Amino acid sequence: MTLDYAPLQRDLADVGYIADEALAMALCLMIGLGRPLLVEGEAGVGKTEIGKALAQVLGTRLIRLQCYEGLDANATIYEWNYQRQLLAIRAHERDAMPSDAIERHIFSEEYLLRRPLLEAILQPTSPVLLIDEIDRADEEFEAFLLEILSDFQITVPELGTIAACSIPHVVLTSNGTRALSDALRRRCLYSYLDFPEEAKELVIVRARLPGIDQRLAEQVVRFVQLLRREDLEKTPGIAETLDWARALIGLDIASIDKDPGAVQASLICLLKTEADLKRVPREVAARLIGNVA
Amino acid sequence: MIVGAAARMSGFTAHLRRHGFTVGPAETKLVLSVLAAEEFPDVATVRLGLKTLLSGNRDQWAHFDDLFDAFWFGRGLRAVTPAQAEAGVRNRNPQPEIWDKVLPREETGSAMGRAEHSQGNGVGPNARGTGRLIASRNDALSRTDLRTLTTPEEAVEAERIAERLARAIRYRLSRRRTPARRGETIDIRRTIRRNLSRGGEPIELRRKHRPERPVKLVMLLDASGSMEVYSRYFISFVRGLIGRWLHADAFLFHTRLVHIADALRERHPGVAMARLSLMADGFGGGTRIATALKTFNDRYAKETLDQRTVVIVMSDGYDTDSPEALAVELRRLKRRAHRLVWLNPLLGWKNYEPVARAMSVALDYVDYFAPAHSLASLAALEGELARL
Repeated sequence: MTLDYAPLQRDLADVGYIADEALAMALCLMIGLGRPLLVEGEAGVGKTEIGKALAQVLGTRLIRLQCYEGLDANATIYEWNYQRQLLAIRAHERDAMPSDAIERHIFSEEYLLRRPLLEAILQPTSPVLLIDEIDRADEEFEAFLLEILSDFQITVPELGTIAACSIPHVVLTSNGTRALSDALRRRCLYSYLDFPEEAKELVIVRARLPGIDQRLAEQVVRFVQLLRREDLEKTPGIAETLDWARALIGLDIASIDKDPGAVQASLICLLKTEADLKRVPREVAARLIGNVA
Repeated sequence: MIVGAAARMSGFTAHLRRHGFTVGPAETKLVLSVLAAEEFPDVATVRLGLKTLLSGNRDQWAHFDDLFDAFWFGRGLRAVTPAQAEAGVRNRNPQPEIWDKVLPREETGSAMGRAEHSQGNGVGPNARGTGRLIASRNDALSRTDLRTLTTPEEAVEAERIAERLARAIRYRLSRRRTPARRGETIDIRRTIRRNLSRGGEPIELRRKHRPERPVKLVMLLDASGSMEVYSRYFISFVRGLIGRWLHADAFLFHTRLVHIADALRERHPGVAMARLSLMADGFGGGTRIATALKTFNDRYAKETLDQRTVVIVMSDGYDTDSPEALAVELRRLKRRAHRLVWLNPLLGWKNYEPVARAMSVALDYVDYFAPAHSLASLAALEGELARL
């Protein structure tokens, strides 16, 4: 256990994920302590990417559970393979197998379908378990997730308790659309991910788009930084910055003050709602470009 | 780790606890074990490490650095006095709302708890000494007529409670699949279990279905002068009901009608209120309920109403339009919507009779007429909303 997060930060940078000190520290502690990490932040700041980058750095599997409203145990922990069970019942009936033997047989692990949470604790080496957008799931789901996160074991009534082969590295992400319970928060380490500073975002753009012209990269990042200060419904995230940069490269624009028409048209990469597009008309865009160039 | 350091560290967690952090001996131990492994940690690293280990939400995350510096270097924030601190740690809400069986009481308590945390964090001038007083009165607050709340603290509390109340109501309406006799999909899990005694032959089928969103809500909120004392709480309540889990829409009317759902969806309450007051600006005097309803029927009813919609009107019924016009519009409204609920704060007053002419006309079309003068009466709405 160490607080020295610099090596991990470097490893993450090597696989193309630029983490600031706070996040690198959080991941370092998460790995060291074997505790889940809850990452909150606006959409598009790179929360989901953490899981992918971490799996790459650690050289393990990434198991992802996307949360949604109405998510339940059948979709997250395990389910019996009913079709196969029915076939097996039929087949064994013909062998005149006694019914309790059939029952034992069809409720064996062979017929168990593993869903992400069960899959994660059955891996021989610790995988990265990414539980994405936990705030979208119901509170009931939160409750049984708590049980799994504290004991890392799952009880299947027909089979008994299945203990973890290895403790997964758990990353939970949340957009903060609803308050999570204090109980869940207490089980987790916490980190808040903000939109990146200008310098960091520039490093990200250059890491993701190695071919980009230095001047264009600076302009793009500066423009997005200014745009984030405008009153928008949906503030553009890093993914949007990268999309826009790619679009500008594709349009063969070397400098954003050269071709205002094309730049204006390409703003759809950054502004994702009609209201936002209306809030940044030609004049506002021109003002921002003026500040950038 | 030496003993003195352990004592200092538990002093630090106590300091955090006084500022609303959910940390205890377990966390102290964890922190000490992490730090023990370090030989010469520098301050910035330790601060960052502790921040990750000890904070639990965004507010705490944002405040941590100040609290850290205040404790270890004695600068920045003043430490809170013990009396305030005690008030700050009580009433924490460790459970999701869904587990709160006694809704109003628990809600009140937890909302209180949070409010006090933020006071503790802020250490503003009005945070002094009031915590205990408010906490002992929280039960009473939920039954008090909102119009009699005079101090800003009480008003802020009531707003918070109204919003959390609405959220709790919203969460009851989950969409997990449940067993149902006439469900659209076969529940194979239950079918197999059920038919084991027949050698697994699926004779008796079990079904399940995904519950429909139980209701859609459309709220029409009167923002006229006569409603002013109540409308800020109604707005908080409406804001809590609106969210992605429930189809809900909201309009504000005065002399004309404005659509406010988008403004209310603004995540930051302050920003939402600012946008709202901008939208409500420039309204003339008087309340024209019938005209507002006509605008609603003409312009919005088609897209927002269906037979699963409950329309909630929050108004005292003092209308400058003619009662006949109101009757026409209410009839149109009633035809499209499933239920019409009218919340009238005056109904909570003693000896109130709906003498306002508009109100007596409206009664013919209203399915449920209820008081809405206190937080308890808002909480009582839950049953009405869930019923279709």
